[in-house]
Amino acid sequence: MSKLSTKHLLGIKNITVDDINLILSTAQNFKEVINRPIKKVPSLRDVTIANIFFENSTRTKLSFELAEKRLSADVINFSASQSSVKKGETLVDTVKNILAMKVDMVVMRHPNPGACVYLADRVDCSIVNAGDGAHEHPTQALLDAFSLHEKLGSLKDKKILIVGDILHSRVALSNIFCLQKLGAEVAVCGPSTLIPKHIEELNVKVFLNLKKALQWCDVVNVLRIQLERQDIQYFPTIREYTMQYGLSRELLKSIDREDMIIMHPGPINRGVEITSDLADGNSAIILNQVENGVAIRMAILYLLAGSMKSNT
Amino acid sequence: MLDRLAYQVYERHLDLSKMALLSLQPRGVELGRRILERLKTMYNSDDIRYGEIDITFYRDDFRRREEMLVPSATNLDFSLEGLDIILIDDVLYTGRTVRSGLDAMLDYGRPSNVELLVLIDRRFSRELPVQPDYTGRVVDVVSEETVKVIWSEDDKKNEVQLFSPSPKA
Repeated sequence: MSKLSTKHLLGIKNITVDDINLILSTAQNFKEVINRPIKKVPSLRDVTIANIFFENSTRTKLSFELAEKRLSADVINFSASQSSVKKGETLVDTVKNILAMKVDMVVMRHPNPGACVYLADRVDCSIVNAGDGAHEHPTQALLDAFSLHEKLGSLKDKKILIVGDILHSRVALSNIFCLQKLGAEVAVCGPSTLIPKHIEELNVKVFLNLKKALQWCDVVNVLRIQLERQDIQYFPTIREYTMQYGLSRELLKSIDREDMIIMHPGPINRGVEITSDLADGNSAIILNQVENGVAIRMAILYLLAGSMKSNT
Repeated sequence: MLDRLAYQVYERHLDLSKMALLSLQPRGVELGRRILERLKTMYNSDDIRYGEIDITFYRDDFRRREEMLVPSATNLDFSLEGLDIILIDDVLYTGRTVRSGLDAMLDYGRPSNVELLVLIDRRFSRELPVQPDYTGRVVDVVSEETVKVIWSEDDKKNEVQLFSPSPKA
């Protein structure tokens, strides 16, 4: 068991527990690599990777690009805003054109759920999903699991709470799949308008009261309120949201859990879903998550490239 | 044989402050640790620099072989800048592992001198110009055969085994 069961990383839903464990253990090796004085290994020197971003991103894009460069891969970047997509080219045509220039792997973010699956059926290369709409964000879930694993050891029977805009969040869905596969219990908390209907069917607990939810959990993962996706009013005002679902030191103090591990996938709206002092506090592992992101992405690219036979 | 190898190292490196042992993961580690133990008694000192380095990410056959390689841990907590390094591996065959080891090593600094210590030298099967400086034993085997070093916990029953390929049905 040292090979992924899949050629693509499209979502956590369709990979196995063995895959997840293999990615996490390989990431451990890469974490050592990125903490060396020379942070680069030559493994992927004959691989070319295209980063195709149809949606804005800072962290994920930089993290992928760094991971690719530290594996010595050749990298091309593409963002939809300045391209022929504006001229009406279809997704499959765009990607086929890029592949015609001898690209081996594609890392893609797209606003439409399932875009990566659609593409994987139609083109012949490895595809890594860097977020598809409100569907999945597998690398984020894996790096969250890796960061938690570092803090807690095995995730079996650990209780993890995800707070915020669950409805629009691809991070939430991938995290639920990933943590459950690793044996953890997951709950979500937020205003009922932002909790997807039927989410209980995924074996997820639902809390509408943040304080009660915090009393239940070992770790809290705070999500950003996606202001750009609030096309209808899901809650009256931001201030009201903060009062009900904002995480603050006073709240943690009131249940005597000031040492609770706090995660956030970024970008943070300071003072909305979490107060500044908590985000910068000792129990927040937000920047560890970012560091581990590079190691996780290196592991994924390395493992996918390894199962892709070289033509020579 | 291990004692002899350790003595040879000792004879050439009287200045302990400049020397470091570096085993290649995973198969050189068993040998490296045993040489280290012997050198500690000889020098009567506990501060011999010793590291283990993983070369998986530096291999030249990545994506050219069927099965994936599982990386091992690198344990190296000193810089190699200006040191005399002794690379350690169990069996020297094509020389490609050593080549990867050299690459991996250079990412930790520029040693002033590098030597190679192996337990078994399979001569006549080299694909790269790599020769050992210290050799436990030379064996002549054809390339279809495999050589395996088996270590026992207490060193009482260390073995080197030759395997011939099973005849094809």
